[in-house]
Amino acid sequence: MNMLGIVGYGAYIPKYRIKTAEIAKIWGKNPKEIEKGLLIKEKSVPGIDEDTITIAVEAGQNALARSGINPKDIGALFIGSESHPYAVKPSGTVVAEALNINRELRLADMEFACKAGTAAMQIILSMVKAGDIKYGMAIGADTSQGRPGDALEYSAAAGGAAFIIGKDPAAIIEDTYSFTTDTPDFWRREGENYPKHGARFTGEPSYFRHIIQATKGLLNKVGRNIEEYDYVVFHQPNGKFPVKAMKYFKVPKEKYLPGLVVDRIGNCYSGSSPIGLTAVLDIANEGDKILLTSYGSGAGSDSFSIIVTKRLKEIRDKAKKTEYYIERKQYISYGVYTKFRKKLKI
Amino acid sequence: MKKVAVIGVGETKFGEHWYKSFRDLAVEAGIKSMEDANLERKDIGALFVGNMSAGKFIGQEHVASLVADHLGFSGIPCIRTESACASGSLAFRQALLSLQSGAYDAVMVEGVEKMTDIIGSQASLALMGAGDQEWEASVGLTFPGLYALIARRHMHEYGTTPEQLAMFSVNNHKNAVKNPDAQFRFEISVEDVLNSPLIADPLHLLDCSPITDGAASVLLATEDFIKKKKIKNPIWVLGSGQSSDTVALQDRKSLTSMFVTIDAAKKAYKQSGLKPKDIKIAEVHDCFSINGLVAIEDLGFCKKGEGGKFIEDGNISLGSTVSINTSGGLKAKGHPVGATGISQIIEIVKQLRGECEKRQVDAKYGLTHNIGGSGASCLVHIFGKEK
Repeated sequence: MNMLGIVGYGAYIPKYRIKTAEIAKIWGKNPKEIEKGLLIKEKSVPGIDEDTITIAVEAGQNALARSGINPKDIGALFIGSESHPYAVKPSGTVVAEALNINRELRLADMEFACKAGTAAMQIILSMVKAGDIKYGMAIGADTSQGRPGDALEYSAAAGGAAFIIGKDPAAIIEDTYSFTTDTPDFWRREGENYPKHGARFTGEPSYFRHIIQATKGLLNKVGRNIEEYDYVVFHQPNGKFPVKAMKYFKVPKEKYLPGLVVDRIGNCYSGSSPIGLTAVLDIANEGDKILLTSYGSGAGSDSFSIIVTKRLKEIRDKAKKTEYYIERKQYISYGVYTKFRKKLKI
Repeated sequence: MKKVAVIGVGETKFGEHWYKSFRDLAVEAGIKSMEDANLERKDIGALFVGNMSAGKFIGQEHVASLVADHLGFSGIPCIRTESACASGSLAFRQALLSLQSGAYDAVMVEGVEKMTDIIGSQASLALMGAGDQEWEASVGLTFPGLYALIARRHMHEYGTTPEQLAMFSVNNHKNAVKNPDAQFRFEISVEDVLNSPLIADPLHLLDCSPITDGAASVLLATEDFIKKKKIKNPIWVLGSGQSSDTVALQDRKSLTSMFVTIDAAKKAYKQSGLKPKDIKIAEVHDCFSINGLVAIEDLGFCKKGEGGKFIEDGNISLGSTVSINTSGGLKAKGHPVGATGISQIIEIVKQLRGECEKRQVDAKYGLTHNIGGSGASCLVHIFGKEK
């Protein structure tokens, strides 16, 4: 077995929350209908001084703390996000400096809607596997945008997760599989403040098709049945889609609820399924198998087969757990939310 | 006047066809109808295509030639008709008149619409093209709003209740379960309708027909052609009526009665020599539940103002006084606007042929009712097993 995988991981979620009921109230919608329709109670909101870079730094610090490695041993950093603060100028350079990562560094920002974080993980894994670098860091982080009044406003949240990949892992990445097509279900053009989406087109031909094909492809590649996995995490744009996909694969609740965080923090886009994975790593035991499948609009899915080693227990208490960030919260009104998210145009 | 009959029918499943384009749908329905009639391209003299707004839905105009092109017709005269949501029935009537004129012996009539390539708000705008841009759209009215005004007035004048409106949708969904081509094949309750999101008071989401992709095709032929080709089981067109009225709702004499329905039905009944009581099965235009209710009154199945009670008393369900929308109607079978009129005709033809299996009704005659806009155009057709 190829003994490469996650040597350190960490999540970060901003502390501010807005309830979906609060947003619904502003737009004259029935809060109960919205909550029932999306299965999201509240979403995280970045503070006025938070962005994808600060979220990546926080998550990266937690990953470094768990790994116990010298930041100078990290030879590559890729940050996946669809809300990099700059259109031109990398987020990664700021993050690398802040984390005191080696300057002999391969670095680039990445974008693939909600799956750039897992794409970064795959690239780092390949570089480590090739022997080009000893360790690499992959981060998925976002402060995602939802146009005021749009369905996305109820779910677009902020958060991120970082993974250091290398030898002697706490969780082996057994294999990965990706499924990609040209499916324009969600997009934001240059210069536009908010993304557009194809409404119901984002479901069956987009999210479900890619999640299902990638997951099936991975299972076929590693020669396992989904029943062999102890935990399953899918991308979670809302509470409804992942649960429906889990039902398709007949995954029982106890295997997917630990990694399903969207109902309490919303959709953290590039950080969404990666944060779900960190929540599972916080509780999994040696030998547990974890299946992770991300989804990025446009569209594609990356599926991972992960096996926990005995090292996980040794490292996981070295940083704040995902549940801490989920439960650490301060509610804000829609007014404060518009200020924080710079929706007020003065 | 020459006798004309429907000799072949074919349609796609109605719904969200993410993987099929406008032309894919049109070709699928067209080929099915040719196979059903066992005809070849050389037998078909002209192609009529009913389509409301391909220009706005998919950016494609010139669709009659497009459909002919992809169906492999060469040199065939092809004609597109547009009368908003009644575009399909209008194509059918033009085809009928062309056969009666002696221009052709057999023709194909297609209705097709691809509505899900654009987002909902854009689709609403495209559909509002059927309203009055200067007097309705400019003040923000869309079709749910227009039909909500009709519903409010009907409630005010006749005491019609939201529950009675809901029952119309409930009946549609019940029938759609038995139709493999329908978009929504599940039952709903009156409570489901009343608890669904309010779209335009008093209409809830489940009072409204959906956005749908689909195509439907029928072949029409003259009596001589049918005899020559020894075609079995033709379903004869006994009556065809068409009418028009003001485009803007505000200019009508009545909000609760549609002149176009009354007028088109009068013409079709007269031509067929039949009366409302002779009709045991009808496909009516329920783009919104209220329009279905108004239609059954205006078609003469019950008295004006008594539609609500008529529905409540179980007079529209399968095998009752008059089986309304055995296909599932616009609400549950789906409403790909240009295809709807042809799809209604297909349901009646299949019923009269006895091919409807679990939703089969015993009827000698059947009627279709197709409305454009909020009642600016209407076509009514009556069909029978015998000439």
